[in-house]
Amino acid sequence: MIIGTLAMVYIFILAIFTGVEVISRVPTVLHTPLMSGANAIHGIVLVGGVILLGSAGDNDVLIGFGFIAVIFGALNVVGGFVVTDRMLEMFKAKTPDKTGGEK
Amino acid sequence: MSQNDLANLDFGHVIAPAAAYLVASLMFIIGLKRLSSPRTARSGNLIAAVGMALALAGTFLLPNTGHFGLIVIAIVIGAIPGWLLAKRVKMTAMPQMVSLFNGMGGACALFISLGEWLKAPDDGQAFPKLLGIVLGSISFTGSLVAFGKLQGLISEKSVRWPMQKAINAVLLLGILASAFAAATDPSHSILWTALLAAFALLLGVLQVLPIGGADMPVVISVLNSCTGLAAAVTGFAMHNMSMIIAGTLVGAAGSLLTLLMCKAMNRSLLKVIFGSFGAGAKKSAAAAADSTQTMREIAASESAIMMGYARKVIIVPGYGLAVAQGQHLVHELDQLLEKRGVEVKYAIHPVAGRMPGHMNVLLAEADVPYPKLLDMEEINPEFEQADVALIIGANDVVNPAARSNAGSPIYGMPILNADKAKNVIVIKRGRGTGFAGIENGLFYNPNTRMLFGDAKQALQELITELRAL
Repeated sequence: MIIGTLAMVYIFILAIFTGVEVISRVPTVLHTPLMSGANAIHGIVLVGGVILLGSAGDNDVLIGFGFIAVIFGALNVVGGFVVTDRMLEMFKAKTPDKTGGEK
Repeated sequence: MSQNDLANLDFGHVIAPAAAYLVASLMFIIGLKRLSSPRTARSGNLIAAVGMALALAGTFLLPNTGHFGLIVIAIVIGAIPGWLLAKRVKMTAMPQMVSLFNGMGGACALFISLGEWLKAPDDGQAFPKLLGIVLGSISFTGSLVAFGKLQGLISEKSVRWPMQKAINAVLLLGILASAFAAATDPSHSILWTALLAAFALLLGVLQVLPIGGADMPVVISVLNSCTGLAAAVTGFAMHNMSMIIAGTLVGAAGSLLTLLMCKAMNRSLLKVIFGSFGAGAKKSAAAAADSTQTMREIAASESAIMMGYARKVIIVPGYGLAVAQGQHLVHELDQLLEKRGVEVKYAIHPVAGRMPGHMNVLLAEADVPYPKLLDMEEINPEFEQADVALIIGANDVVNPAARSNAGSPIYGMPILNADKAKNVIVIKRGRGTGFAGIENGLFYNPNTRMLFGDAKQALQELITELRAL
């Protein structure tokens, strides 16, 4: 492993400050989409699932756990980003006042 | 970095994935940043999604990766329902959908941590692995309960049982004890780990079950940052930079977002989690039931006359409107009124709907022009000039008890001053209390009239009557 524990702790702390800083000025209107977007980003666990399954070798238990983890992770990632996009889609049609047109 | 590591730096297996992770992490940060401003939000989400794809691609390049076929199959099995659910869910059901996906992330972290623990319990990473099991479990079951509550599968009301806090404290002790045992007693490691997961899964259920539906947005936000943290600690256990960074970003941003939400709803985070809401609400509901006040009803025809000849109407939409799918009808009513020369505005409470910002999304979907949606601060001074305030399926956000009754559980919450309008018409399904289970004095005011009925049906009648005027 080329990443030492100390380096990981550094990164952890810097990421905390970054996370707080980047969203500190969010307006109330965007609370829900932002939560949903953040929800999709923690879908990064999918990467962990892929690593677990990819390195499971012929251990059936690990293959099983990895397989389940990847399914759940993919659900989180895909569902999360798509749902967020659908929410934000609503915000764009602000200025051009669409006339009529039921979907 | 030691000499040995440097020698191992081959491009395909080490540098390329590391570069992918670095760029992905930057894209997550930029994505989050853009998500917090309305103009850039959608592109922010896209950038984060591309970052995710990049991180995933980098992962495939890591050394000793096998089972490619299985990985692809599992991704497809997860991605298809994720896509379909996200595409098909109604806008009103967004909050529970977020909660469901959050729970999936928690479950993923749980299974990874379990797998990593079984693979190598003694590689010095016991702490992050066991913590990953605990956080993943709590996120998983907690989010599922929140989903169940918002979806109406489980009672939305605050569920209570004796010794709640004591039981949760015992569970917490159980978690600590079994984690300690798992780390120190390798011969029964599987037993202790199973026990640890069981305790944590149960804690997730019992912690969320007593919390009332009105507080669910805050709970989902807490669980969201919990999953973020679970992803980060799992990243520690696996020495994976992208997981540490993305997980921590979400954990930190999610915690701040939780606090911001609590502020918007005037709720104390500790009170939401350790709850005193249910108990207080019961008391005030009982007190109001004693009173001899009555609600005055109004017919749709009369309401239509009142609004049709008004100069200014302010519409206060609430969750009841969204549930009834009445957004498009409101827009139609609005257009009819405007045609008659009536000025129509919308008063949007920060937490109208079920989450902050939810109502804006719902009305935007119905093509209501954005400038007509006014925030609480902007619209509150205007109520005094309004001839009619039309409240549709909103309750707690217009409850004057928040201003006057220090004993009310929502005391201090900023509300819309709908009661200041000359006339108030309330469209409401029944006589019951609102989402938070609190009696509303506004409904008994002399200038308030109740139009009972399902929001959609009542709006339809109003529109018919208005057309006939």
